[in-house]
Amino acid sequence: MTVIALTAIQTWALIFAVISFSIYIGIAIYTRVKTTSGFYVADQNIPAVANGAAIAADWMSAASFISMAGLIAFLGFDGSIYLLGWTGGYVLLALLLAPYLRKYGKYTVPDFVGDRYSEIARLVAVLAAIFISFTYVAGQMRGVGIVFSRFLDVTLTVGVIIGMVIVFTYAVLGGMKGITWTQVTQYTILIIAYLIPAWAIAAELGDFPVPQVSFGEVASELNGLQRDFGLTEYTQAFTARPMQDVFLVTLALMAGTAGLPHVIIRFYTTKTVRAARYSAGWALLFIALLYTTAPAVAVFAKTNLIQDVANQSYAERPDWIRNWEDVGLVTFNDRNDNGAVDSLGTTTDTDVELQVDPDIMVLANPEIAGLPAPVIGLVAAGGLAAALSTAAGLLLVIAGAVGHDLYYRRFRPAATDRERLRAGRVGVLLAVLAAGYFGVNPPAFVGQVVAFAFGLAASSFFPVIVLGIFWRRTTAAGAVAGMLTGITLTALYMYFTIFEDMEYWLGVSPEGVGAIGMVINFAVTIAVSLVTKEPSQEVQDLVEEVRHPRIAPPAAPAASTAAPSE
Amino acid sequence: MVSIAPAIVVGFEQLEEVLVGTNPGRGAAEGRKDVSAQAVGYWKANRRLQLTLLAIWAIFGFGISILLAEPLNEIVIGGFPVGFWFAQQGSIVVFVILIFIYAMTMDRIDHEYGVQQEELGAARRRLQRRMQRRTTGETPLEPEDREGGR
Repeated sequence: MTVIALTAIQTWALIFAVISFSIYIGIAIYTRVKTTSGFYVADQNIPAVANGAAIAADWMSAASFISMAGLIAFLGFDGSIYLLGWTGGYVLLALLLAPYLRKYGKYTVPDFVGDRYSEIARLVAVLAAIFISFTYVAGQMRGVGIVFSRFLDVTLTVGVIIGMVIVFTYAVLGGMKGITWTQVTQYTILIIAYLIPAWAIAAELGDFPVPQVSFGEVASELNGLQRDFGLTEYTQAFTARPMQDVFLVTLALMAGTAGLPHVIIRFYTTKTVRAARYSAGWALLFIALLYTTAPAVAVFAKTNLIQDVANQSYAERPDWIRNWEDVGLVTFNDRNDNGAVDSLGTTTDTDVELQVDPDIMVLANPEIAGLPAPVIGLVAAGGLAAALSTAAGLLLVIAGAVGHDLYYRRFRPAATDRERLRAGRVGVLLAVLAAGYFGVNPPAFVGQVVAFAFGLAASSFFPVIVLGIFWRRTTAAGAVAGMLTGITLTALYMYFTIFEDMEYWLGVSPEGVGAIGMVINFAVTIAVSLVTKEPSQEVQDLVEEVRHPRIAPPAAPAASTAAPSE
Repeated sequence: MVSIAPAIVVGFEQLEEVLVGTNPGRGAAEGRKDVSAQAVGYWKANRRLQLTLLAIWAIFGFGISILLAEPLNEIVIGGFPVGFWFAQQGSIVVFVILIFIYAMTMDRIDHEYGVQQEELGAARRRLQRRMQRRTTGETPLEPEDREGGR
């Protein structure tokens, strides 16, 4: 047996990982479910505040936790697209979707689309939900693998497999109920892990230890540093993207957030319609804790970085830069051989001397602030919590699509509750295996496609769900036509601009085209609905029912449709 | 093709229903006996509130934070150019507040139209009873007591 020597950081990362994983498994055993309703919607018995925390963890992925602040640091003002887009969507969710879908109360998003429109619409929705969730989940499993390999010195594959086993255990045992309470725990871990280093750095760089307050002065200092370094000012708007593109990307991210199936189903689990409204508020409040801190972290990290490399020979760089150089996330290419850093950018900027992977901006924070090893271990646990919580939510969407929408609703409507529960668990198993496979062997495009899942959700689900609730006249033909045109045009534009180097039309980037796809979807759905026959009385009754928190399912047409529809 | 023109007229009426909750030509009650005037009023109140809040959402999220960001950035407060501050801090805070305003106002509207859902926990119910006792001096019955036999 070889003795494995662990560094202090690895020891602490391991301790926190083991503690948090034990809690997750403990919750799974405690909350294991026996019914389909428990498995898919946690018996609709989750209090608003807890549901809000679960939504926040479900929503904030490895991308929010690890990557976002770094992306913002290199985008400056234009990084607002993520901040505005990924928070503003909750206003749409809270006002236009959550309360009504909660009233509807079934298990999946395709359930609503299918009951409101038609079986074909259900099938389109199932395929869209699976496609969107897979592009997203592969990135999460990979995030788990990366954190493991960086902090615990195991290979990426082993990291992904450990993550798969953990998620599988608590998703299979506890279903949505287990996932919910695990996500509440994961939110707690990830927010503490994010805030401690941020507050420590704020105390060091600013005059006041609250990052949201003190980063203003630091930002104006950073403006000066960037000017001296030959970069545009940090707070100057529209340096990375033109204004119309910032507008469109923000809109696409907002509508995409509101159309993502794994976020929507989290609102099915509250006790009442009222609780669904409040849990949207709590969710955004919890998310805002991190999202208002991230731009401050971005400013602090960028300031540190420039101060540490500018106006001195590169040989004098501090240790934290050397550490990340060893891992290959910082590379220095002295083009003019003067031994100093003359230009700075991300790993995708090929013509700069110092290339920095944006991910290290958050991961390096505790080192820069000189925080002790336990805090760095906690940050590793936070990154794991963020990735695992999102992966679990996505896996349940895929399991629901397989076990509920396809197996039960399409092929075996006579299945007993036991059989449906087993189908759901098999769905989780299939989803975990597929997600793990893509995590280890990512198709070349996955990294890029994750960011585009939003555009696809915005151009497919968002319009037909909103219209389905707010416009009684929306027909099945309209919805199917709208979803298909919206998602097809959006996907084609993304494909041609990214892979075929097509010129952007009117400066619209592939990230922003989802907003255009959404408008087209609205237009097509409305136009086709107007020339097709208005929906049946039954469907109109359903619309009326979801609009009101406490109307009994209309009893009037009971005579004509005597057979119980439930 | 012939059916398009009347369809568009109908469409506008329907769109008006979507936007302001009224439905002139084909009154919501017409041919829909199951939809009571009360239900129409509730939906109208909800729509009005939503339109107001979404307008504020758009003004902050897109107007101040994006379209007006450049001129607003000329003003600097506490180190923050104002456009930058709204885009990376202020709008997020506004979004949180908007959702809570919606939830709380809907509580009131729910009560007005009698569609509220009771979900007070045991502790809240006890507290409410105690408050009532303090203000009125009488001891209200436990809801369970009132429903006696059930």
